[in-house]
Amino acid sequence: MEPGSGRLPGRLVVFGGTMHELSIMQSVLDQVLEKARQAGASRVHAIRLRIGVLSGVVPDALQFAFEALADGTPAQGAQLLIEDVPARFWCATCRHEFEATRMFAECPDCHRPSMELRAGREMELTSLEVD
Amino acid sequence: MCQECGCGLPGENPVGISAHHHDHDHDHGHSHDHQHDHDHPHFHTHSHDEADHDHSHGDAVGQHRVLEVRQAILEKNDRLAERNRGFFHARGLLVLNVLSSPGSGKTTFIRETVRLLGKRLKTGVIVGDLATDNDAQRLRESGAPVVQITTGTVCHLEAEMVARALKQLDLKGLDLLIIENVGNLVCPASYDLGEDLRVVLLSVTEGEDKPLKYPPMFQSAGVAVVSKMDLATACDYNRDTALANLRRLAPNAPVFELSAKTGNGMDAWCEFLIQQHKAIKARDPLGA
Ligand SMILES: Nc1nc2c(ncn2[C@@H]2O[C@H](COP(=O)(O)OP(=O)(O)OP(=O)(O)O)[C@@H](O)[C@H]2O)c(=O)[nH]1
Ligand SMILES: [Mg+2]
Ligand SMILES: [Zn+2]
Ligand SMILES: [Zn+2]
Repeated sequence: MEPGSGRLPGRLVVFGGTMHELSIMQSVLDQVLEKARQAGASRVHAIRLRIGVLSGVVPDALQFAFEALADGTPAQGAQLLIEDVPARFWCATCRHEFEATRMFAECPDCHRPSMELRAGREMELTSLEVD
Repeated sequence: MCQECGCGLPGENPVGISAHHHDHDHDHGHSHDHQHDHDHPHFHTHSHDEADHDHSHGDAVGQHRVLEVRQAILEKNDRLAERNRGFFHARGLLVLNVLSSPGSGKTTFIRETVRLLGKRLKTGVIVGDLATDNDAQRLRESGAPVVQITTGTVCHLEAEMVARALKQLDLKGLDLLIIENVGNLVCPASYDLGEDLRVVLLSVTEGEDKPLKYPPMFQSAGVAVVSKMDLATACDYNRDTALANLRRLAPNAPVFELSAKTGNGMDAWCEFLIQQHKAIKARDPLGA
């Protein structure tokens, strides 16, 4: 992970994913399998997520967690496609939105802290590919 | 204990998992990297061009039925948290979720808060702990009803655990419910419990740059508490830096600097809670 990418620094990895990402991934998998079942699908081929850089979740750890948890389910072997959502803040002084280059919300123009986070905390299951 | 959480998966053998998955790692690592390279230009598209980069299947991604979902990953927790919130509101309870790194002083702070509030606000406590009931024992010294949640391997509290703990707590006559979360600055940030206020502690002993190291937690703070102020001099605590960092991450959160040990600063904090509780009571009980 490149420095300054807005991700949290690496944490202790517990059998292929931190406990946090295992927990998050279990929620993803529950939703995925439920949606697939409702759609009458027998296999899940791809899972698309949007993960904000301020969500506290490390995508690589999600990947490991997914492999550990999906085993033996219809989602085994599916591709996990993770879209990073950058942190975007609103500067009320300059009246523009800016992308946070570091994790705190300082306007690049006026250097005042933004009071309004507009994107970057989301953790969303976007779509699935099934058959 | 928590059904939701992968941490405590029954019957899974950690060694077996990593050994079994070793040979999958490369495929998946690659597909993930490709996604990074290609995704930013087309935000929000569901174009099927990833098919070109699919190494892990005989069949390409993009040839299958697409199910649009667009659902928050913690949607279930969020839903249960809203249910808790409705339950609390209906009873006129002020609810705090207290968060910090391990050992920043949550238990001591809560115990002293309960003691100082005395009859002014009748308080109950729910405390999450990985393994022991030591904190619950210490909190009972304050005379408050205390329910302990043993989270086992789960490193955060979830809304559903709080809902279960509530069944063991006699809420009659209570004004304030304080929930001590597991000492952890990472995952509890993502789990709404239905609280009115998130109280994030930063002790003077843990370094002024803590907020910069754990931005999601500090950004989610409704109130920031700088704890163990009695140790400030001994720790060469730099107040200006700490407050500037807190303001950077949580510009809207009021900051209380206090020591639960000496009681310094605790009065202002208790007064704040009394005012917050008044505001809650003034709310239309029917939620209109
Ligand atoms: N000097 C001083 N020590 C304190 C203060 N508050 C807590 N401590 C000490 O700090 C240590 C940890 O305090 P706890 O209240 O157990 O901290 P905690 O955040 O509940 O810890 P965990 O639940 O394990 O995460 C104990 O030894 C306390 O006596 C304070 O205001 N001043
Ligand atoms: Mg404690
Ligand atoms: Zn600006
Ligand atoms: Zn956790």
